[in-house]
Amino acid sequence: MNFALRVLLEVQETTLLAVRAVGRLFRRPTYVNEMITQMDVIGVGSLTIVLLTGFFTGGVLALQTYPTLKYYGAQDQTGRLVAISLVRELGPVLAGLMVAGRVASAIAAELGSMVVSQQIDAMRALGTDPVRKLVAPRLVALLITLPLLTLIADAVGIGGGWVVSTQFFGINSGSFMAAVWAGLSTDDIIGGFVKTSAFALIIGTVACHKGLNTEGGTVGVGQSTTSAVVATSILIIVADYFITRGLQLIFGLPTS
Amino acid sequence: MPSADVEEREREPAGAERGGVSTAAAESTFAEVDDRDRITPAIEFQNVTLSFDDKVILDSLSFTVNKGETKVILGGSGGGKSTTIKLILGLLKPDSGRILVDGEDITEYTEAQMMSVRKKMGMVFQEGALFDSLSVYDNVAYRLHEQAVPEEEVEQEVRRMLRFVNLEDAIDKMPIELSGGMRRRVGIARALVGGPKIVMFDEPTAGLDPPTARTICELAIKLRDLEDVSSIFVTHEMNNVKYLTSEYAVVNDDGEIVFEQEGQRLCLTNTKVLMLRGGKIIFEGTDESLHKHQDAYIQRFIRGH
Repeated sequence: MNFALRVLLEVQETTLLAVRAVGRLFRRPTYVNEMITQMDVIGVGSLTIVLLTGFFTGGVLALQTYPTLKYYGAQDQTGRLVAISLVRELGPVLAGLMVAGRVASAIAAELGSMVVSQQIDAMRALGTDPVRKLVAPRLVALLITLPLLTLIADAVGIGGGWVVSTQFFGINSGSFMAAVWAGLSTDDIIGGFVKTSAFALIIGTVACHKGLNTEGGTVGVGQSTTSAVVATSILIIVADYFITRGLQLIFGLPTS
Repeated sequence: MPSADVEEREREPAGAERGGVSTAAAESTFAEVDDRDRITPAIEFQNVTLSFDDKVILDSLSFTVNKGETKVILGGSGGGKSTTIKLILGLLKPDSGRILVDGEDITEYTEAQMMSVRKKMGMVFQEGALFDSLSVYDNVAYRLHEQAVPEEEVEQEVRRMLRFVNLEDAIDKMPIELSGGMRRRVGIARALVGGPKIVMFDEPTAGLDPPTARTICELAIKLRDLEDVSSIFVTHEMNNVKYLTSEYAVVNDDGEIVFEQEGQRLCLTNTKVLMLRGGKIIFEGTDESLHKHQDAYIQRFIRGH
C-alpha cells in the first residue's frame, strides 16, 4: 500500500471512529463517571503546563513586540498585540500542542497497552463496546476541558504580558488593559472556541485510533504513542490554518 | 418441547448453587437426548476459512462442540487455535463459511448483535487479560457493574465466583499483586459471572508451574461435569489433555468435590480432542485414538521430540 493510500485509509478510519464515538454517546449505559475521571485526568492534570506555557508566552510576546512598537511610537498598543496574538492564535494552538503532547501520548499508550495485553478483547468478550467505554468519554472530556484550558491560557498569557509591560517597560496598567479590551472582539472568542473544539476532536480521535490499532507488543505501544503525538501536533497546525481562513471567510477580515 | 428439567434449569438464577453442586446441572447428564435444545450443538463451524493478507489461517474448518462437551484444541504455535476462539466471540469475522452458537448463525452479526451473543459466553484469556486499573473485585464484577446490578447482589456473586476458584482472600488486591496462576483464576472467575453455558479457554496454563496448571484444569473439569458447561480448551500441553480426558469430577458422600480417574471400566465421552496444523484439522476424536494415531507429526507432538 502506497503512502497516499495509507494516509487516506487512516483519515477514513479516524473519522469513522469519531462518528461511532459521537453516535454511541447517548446510548445506555452512559459512562458519566468515566467522563468525570477523564476530565480530571485531562483537564486538571494539564492545568500546570498550560498555565506555565500561557504565562511565559504572554510575557515573551510583550518582551519581543514592545521594542518594535516603540520604534513606531505605538508602545501603548502592546496589550492589544499580546491579547490578539494570544486569543486568536497562540492560546488555542499552544494549549492544543501542550495537551496533545501530554494527553495524546497518554491515551495512545494506555489503549495500546490494553490492546497488547488483550484487555480490549476481554472488554468486548464481556459485552462492552470499547468505543463507548473508552473513546467517547475521552472525547467528551477533551471537548469540554480544552476550550476551558485555552481560556485560562489566554487569561494567564495576558497576565504575563501585563507583568512584563508594567514592570519592565513601565507601561501604565490601565492603558495596557484598555488596549487589551479594545483589541478583542466576540469573533475572536468564538474563533477560539471553534479552534479548540476542532483540536480536541483531533487529539481525541487520533490518539484513540492510534492506541486501538496498536500492533506488535510493547514496541508497538511505543510506536503508537510517538505517532499519536506527531500526527496530532501536525494536524493541529494544519487545521489551525484552514480554520483561521474559514473564520475569515465567515466573519470577514479582522479590522484590528 | 424442552423437557421439564431443562425448563427448570432455565428458570434458575444465573449460575445458582455454583459454589457447591447445581442439582439441575448434575441431573442434566441424564436429560432426554431427544430434547431439541439439548441436541443443538453449542458451537458449530461449517467450512470456515480465514486469511490475513496472503496467509491462510483457517482452511475450511468444520467441527461441532455439543452441549456439555469439552473440545480440547491442540496444535503448535500459529496453527489457528486462538483465532478459532476469536471467531466464535465475533472478535474476528471469517472470509467464508458459517459459525453457529447455540444454533444461532452469528457469521454476519454486527458488533451490536454480537454483544447479546457474548452474554452467553465466557472467555479465559492466555494471560488472564485482567483490567490493570481495577481491583480483583471490580474485575470479577465487571459484567454485573455494566448491567447496573445492585451492589449487594454483585458482592454476593463475586464472592461466590472467587470461592469457586479458591481466591476469596484476594478480593481487594490489584492484578499487579497477583501471581500468574492467580491472574488466570481471577480471569476464570470473571468469565463465569452471569453463568455462561459456553466457556472458552485460550491456553490458560501457558507458562504456569505444573500444580497451578493442574488447578486450572480441575476448574475446567468442574465446569464440565458439575455445571453442564460446554467449553473449548485451547492448549499445546499434553498434560492438560491427560487431565481433561481421563478425569471427572463428582461429589462424594461428604459433599466434597473429588476428581476420579476414568480407569478401565469407564470412558469419558464428553471430552474430545481436535488437532490443528496450518489451519486444517489433522485429527478429531478421543485421546485414546490420538495416542494410537500413526501420523508422524502427531506422534512427535505427543512425545515432545
